[in-house]
Amino acid sequence: MTGQQEIHCHEGVILNEEIRCTLADLCRMCGVPAEVIHEMIEEGIIVPEGMSSREWRFTSISIKRVQTTIRLQRDLRVNLPGCALALDLLDELEALRHLARRR
Amino acid sequence: MEYKDYYKILGVARDATQDQIKQAYRKVARKFHPDVSKESDAEAKFKDAGEAYEVLKDPEKRAAYDKFGANWREGQPFEPPPNWDAGFEFRGAGYTGGDSGGFSDFFESLFGHGHGHAEGRQRAHVFRMKGEDQHAKIVIPLADAYGGARQTITLTRPTVDPDGHVTTSPHVLHVVIPKGIIEGQRIRLEGQGLPGYGGSPAGDLYLEIAFQEDRLFHAEKRDIHLTLPITPWEAALGATLTVPTLGGNVQVKIPPGSQGGKKLRLKGKGLCSASHRGDQIVTLQIVVPEAKTEEQRRLYRAMAEQMPLNPRAGLER
Repeated sequence: MTGQQEIHCHEGVILNEEIRCTLADLCRMCGVPAEVIHEMIEEGIIVPEGMSSREWRFTSISIKRVQTTIRLQRDLRVNLPGCALALDLLDELEALRHLARRR
Repeated sequence: MEYKDYYKILGVARDATQDQIKQAYRKVARKFHPDVSKESDAEAKFKDAGEAYEVLKDPEKRAAYDKFGANWREGQPFEPPPNWDAGFEFRGAGYTGGDSGGFSDFFESLFGHGHGHAEGRQRAHVFRMKGEDQHAKIVIPLADAYGGARQTITLTRPTVDPDGHVTTSPHVLHVVIPKGIIEGQRIRLEGQGLPGYGGSPAGDLYLEIAFQEDRLFHAEKRDIHLTLPITPWEAALGATLTVPTLGGNVQVKIPPGSQGGKKLRLKGKGLCSASHRGDQIVTLQIVVPEAKTEEQRRLYRAMAEQMPLNPRAGLER
């Protein structure tokens, strides 16, 4: 301690490989009703772990994909199959950009 | 306040039809959508396009905007003349869509919350609505990800003053960078997004981690890569060498007979979190000394005689 006023430091939750959230958590974080998540699962945009919707657990990747889907729908009026396609292509693009940076 | 050239932002002529404006906006929006584009100013361009379209898609707002004339240039200092909007009624008032949070002062003063004709806006504040989530990218040195750190970040966020004008103000946050975070992972700070309306909770803040370019190391997920230059005799005879890692120097044994490109794995010297381990991958790069003197050239020739080698044997067909 330096004797100065202690700074409040925000810890935050790390959305890493370990994070698993329930359907309710995912809905709350992304600000959407459960039906929207159901539709995204049907479209293959996200894949939950677990059999029934009560047991479903979602990874941090799911959180990001849901949020991106919502923005693409809102901002660019992309429909759900279009979002699924865009997300897959964006993943591929990201991998290629990463490779290109290493060259 | 600076003039905004909405036609230039969308890349259309001043006499463009409403359809042309719509098409141009959609094209720019797709190109600069922050989820799609990696350009550093994509978000600003996307917002500018949204603002331009907000004005130009509405024939009345467009007509009012056009009254300023065609001689203004983007970024030029600008004050609207008094009663510039006489005779116009912006019934749809304010925003009809999109993310209005980041519209410019230029837009705000002409069409924004505080605008005299925008009576409909008053009611908007009665809504109870959770604040918007905010997304930001922070660029940290690899050392911070390796050992954990604290970072002070400054975000620009819009705030609404009591008169309803929107201004931007810096928002300073101190955040913990946890040990072993990797590129692309996000930190979610609950309640640190934009404030809510009508007593509703604030949105959340998402910080996405990116790494600064490092002179020595680069990260692939949890693994840290380093290219280690060695001499031909170190490669041939083996050696124990001092190798930098993010955690400081370590001694690494190079086995005899190592070839260039060989990879050595230093376990646990990458980005390790509580439950995941990362390694450092050292790639050997053999540096061949230049033969500068006759004596040195003789050494190479002696090697050629005593150690005949055809490294291209595998290329023969």
